[in-house]
Amino acid sequence: MDVIPIDYETLRLIWWALLGVLLIGFAIMGGMDLGVGTLLPAVARTDEERRVLLNLIGPTWEGNQVWLVLGGGAIFAAFPPLYAVSFSGFYLAMIVILLALILRPVGFKFRGKIADKRWRDTWDWALFIGGFVPALIFGVAVGNVLLGAPFDLDRTLRPSYLGNFFGLLTPFALLCGLVSLGMLVTIGASIIAKRTEGVIAERATRYGQWSALGTIALFALGGVWIAFGIDGYVITSAVVTDLPSNPLAKRVELVPGGWMANYSTYPWMIVAPVLGFAGMALAWLGLRIKRNLLALLASGVGIFGIVSTAGLSLFPFLLPSSHNPTASLTLWDASSSQLTLFIMLVATVIFMPIILAYTSWVYKVISGPVTTKSLSRNPNAY
Amino acid sequence: MIDQTVVDLSRLQFAATALYHFLFVPLTLGLSFMMAIMESVYVMTGREIWRKMTLFWGTLFGINFAMGVATGIVMEFQFGMNWSYYSHYVGDVFGAPLAIEGLMAFFLEATFVGLFFFGWDKLSKIGHLIVTWLVALGANFSALWILVANGWMQYPVGATFNPDTMRMEITNFMEVIFNPVAQAKFVHTVSAGYVTGAVFVMAISALFLLKGKHIELAKRSMVVAASFGLASALSVVVLGDESGYVATEHQKMKIAAMEAMYHTEDAPAGLALVAFPRADGSIWEIKIPWVLGLITTRSFDQQLPGIDDLVEGAEVRIRNGMVAYDALQALQDDPDNQEARETVADTWEDLGYGLLLKRYRTDIQNASDAEIAMAAQDTVPDVWPLFWTFRLMVGIGFFFIAFFALAFWKASTGTLDKHKWFLYTAVAVLPLPWLAAEAGWIIAEYGRQPWAIEGVLPTFYAASSLTVLDLVLSLAFYVTIYTVLAIIMVILMVKAIKAGPKDYVALLNGEDDEETGLPRQYEDDAKAQPAE
Ligand code: HDD
Ligand code: HEM
Ligand code: HEM
Repeated sequence: MDVIPIDYETLRLIWWALLGVLLIGFAIMGGMDLGVGTLLPAVARTDEERRVLLNLIGPTWEGNQVWLVLGGGAIFAAFPPLYAVSFSGFYLAMIVILLALILRPVGFKFRGKIADKRWRDTWDWALFIGGFVPALIFGVAVGNVLLGAPFDLDRTLRPSYLGNFFGLLTPFALLCGLVSLGMLVTIGASIIAKRTEGVIAERATRYGQWSALGTIALFALGGVWIAFGIDGYVITSAVVTDLPSNPLAKRVELVPGGWMANYSTYPWMIVAPVLGFAGMALAWLGLRIKRNLLALLASGVGIFGIVSTAGLSLFPFLLPSSHNPTASLTLWDASSSQLTLFIMLVATVIFMPIILAYTSWVYKVISGPVTTKSLSRNPNAY
Repeated sequence: MIDQTVVDLSRLQFAATALYHFLFVPLTLGLSFMMAIMESVYVMTGREIWRKMTLFWGTLFGINFAMGVATGIVMEFQFGMNWSYYSHYVGDVFGAPLAIEGLMAFFLEATFVGLFFFGWDKLSKIGHLIVTWLVALGANFSALWILVANGWMQYPVGATFNPDTMRMEITNFMEVIFNPVAQAKFVHTVSAGYVTGAVFVMAISALFLLKGKHIELAKRSMVVAASFGLASALSVVVLGDESGYVATEHQKMKIAAMEAMYHTEDAPAGLALVAFPRADGSIWEIKIPWVLGLITTRSFDQQLPGIDDLVEGAEVRIRNGMVAYDALQALQDDPDNQEARETVADTWEDLGYGLLLKRYRTDIQNASDAEIAMAAQDTVPDVWPLFWTFRLMVGIGFFFIAFFALAFWKASTGTLDKHKWFLYTAVAVLPLPWLAAEAGWIIAEYGRQPWAIEGVLPTFYAASSLTVLDLVLSLAFYVTIYTVLAIIMVILMVKAIKAGPKDYVALLNGEDDEETGLPRQYEDDAKAQPAE
């Protein structure tokens, strides 16, 4: 390929946006399943009730999880330094997430195979962990990205990391973790309310209202903290957007309230946090007045708003370095080559519409309420 | 300097998790295809027994599939976690097939596998059949793309080194996709998966026949397995040979090691059947004349180089690599140094060989002759494990051709269930395909050492800067959870096989059991009540 029809700067921007789409896709689709997993012990108390919840997400959780797998793959392909630095830097945190992600597929499949109370209770806990832990840790990870991670790059661009696992658990990061947990529980509760009946739906409605309100409060607190409590990162050398990717070519400084800078440079960005608040507020209202479809859609919008807020505040940073700010990764200097970004874009443009088409078809096929009666008819039910 | 313990533990961990992942992958590949065949027969003939078969094998498939997904997620993240310099150095090339695998294969497979299990009463017959085929197709796409990625590690085409970004970058994506190594690997590996599926179905059906249970289902399943198995076993061996062929052109060292061939032989080389090192350093062996030369070069007159000659060649490349590294440093000090830039462009193909010296010193441009000699010697993989695992795999391959030929003949004459010894054999061979497949990966990956990317990036240089404690914790974690899950999975498989096919039809049609008045599925679950 001699001439690549799209310039480097645009490709980098597109991939930054696509990464956002994938992560938001996972936060909404996969987040529903994580939320249901978190609510499992509280909302469903008997084996029969729990089976209803598991089979509610049973046919689709696997496809939803691929948003995460693909998110990982897309970071690898589009922003290799980000993949290299963050996954090795947050090593033990990743191991904890992997524990949860390993437990989920086997939990769904294995739980129903033996009709023993202890067996099923054990797997219920495993599925709870598989929902709760990632929901929390993904937020903690975003919190740490906002704070900057203690890594460095040498001349050969080999990353090294100076922090440890417990260093990740700062108050601000934990707050972000709770925001993430809150929003995923809200969407999980909404889908339960929408697709089940009776006592399960009622309990979910109750928890969902609390979590929606909690998310709003914590998200607001996070905003205040970012504005007045923590420093943001700013590029102080000239911003060049089409050089070969080498993070060491720029200079970066810490500035109090720096993460708010984008909102004055690009006022339209304020839409993101507004959607975050409005979505969660509407979700609360929807659950309250039993408009469950409204609650489901609104919580999706809320998640979209909250995740975009984090992404837009960071722009153009992907992962700032608190140890050596100059080594920070930005979308301008931590991407793949122009050709790779272009090839990946072509692949995405071809496959993403196909994926969306068959996913929505599958959702249509399996729609309809999940009840104990409907379960008993399916030999493969969980 | 890079901590060698961290490197060794990272290698151990990668090998353990990958080999573990590959316990489940072949069965998914094979069984999904066979279920699609069985369901096609059901749709074409309308005979209920074929749906019963699809559902029964589907239950076992589901248990295996869950493990495949759980262990696959680990693989996806492990490159960044444990091989961060690798991820930086080749992510521009290697990440693309991995991401395309997600787009093209994982979504397809994971989305439709849910519908495969939950869609029986929601889709038309044809609709469900299509879903089943899509699951099988997804599994095969997945294998294609991961092997394109893996094939590139064996034979890194279509990419060059960019000194400004300190990494390999794609120059020709078509070359990466149509990499001959990747193509050979793909056919060989999916065929190996089909063989695994066929042997699995064969063994369990034979077990049923021996116990006199589920005769109809078992006999029909065996017929499918016998024909599918014969075709696949032939394909594994014919194309396994192709795999060897490709290896000689690009990975001469691997072939020499597989053959314990220290000295270059006159063409056509013989294939050593067995060989043992003697105390005096020479080798005692029994050889089949000519065969190796034919398999690997497809000719009578091409020479196969021996290990000693290859080491000499490596030494030359290491010295050239030192020049490349020197120029790279000069270029980093002054990006406008055109002379250095040109030197890098001319010599980068040997830069990887220069990096082998990083094991001995940081300033590799000053390496001594002794260090260069040691680094050249490092390019030799461990000969004996490769020699024997290769013979294990090939032996199993030829055995399967004979076995499935016999099974196919018995199936055509309707005598599959006539002889007990045959049924016992069919049960006994169950572990063999897994043994062969794991052996195959050990040859491919261990035989590639010391390289993570052949000739480009040494394995030890590719590792993350982690601590020994990190690795010990993660390794302990994987060993514990994988062991527990393996035990549970075997128990559940055995339980599902003992339970045999259920009367799914009654269930699907919503008939309740006359005695209990409960839907049939619920009889079992009634025991679990109440969970409060
Ligand atoms: C896409 C790349 C890729 C793929 C598809 C595979 N591997 Fe691999 N393998 C590597 C990339 C790699 C690696 C990153 O390059 C390793 C890690 C350390 C090393 O030396 O190479 C490796 C090492 C490695 C080793 C140990 C070699 C050693 O360290 O001495 C074994 C036994 C395997 N692999 C086995 C497998 C199996 C069973 C696979 C099938 C699932 C597999 N590999 C797929
Ligand atoms: C080291 C490289 C590998 C990585 C990173 C990897 C990654 C993954 C991931 C993330 C999954 C789960 C996908 C899901 O969520 O559905 C998976 C499953 C799968 N992988 Fe791998 N894989 C590797 C090696 C291989 C190889 C070499 C093959 C085939 C030849 C293969 C074939 C499959 C198949 C068929 C599945 C479907 C699930 C199952 O096994 O039941 N993988 N892999
Ligand atoms: C006569 C029989 C066979 C021959 C000549 C053969 C040859 C080979 C060779 C040369 C390799 C290494 C490729 C490389 O260096 O990258 C290989 C790899 C492999 N083999 Fe075989 N093989 C045979 C039978 C089998 C059987 C029966 C199985 C499993 C059922 C199997 C499964 C594999 C697997 C999974 C790999 C790793 C993937 C790859 O590198 O292609 N092979 N085989």
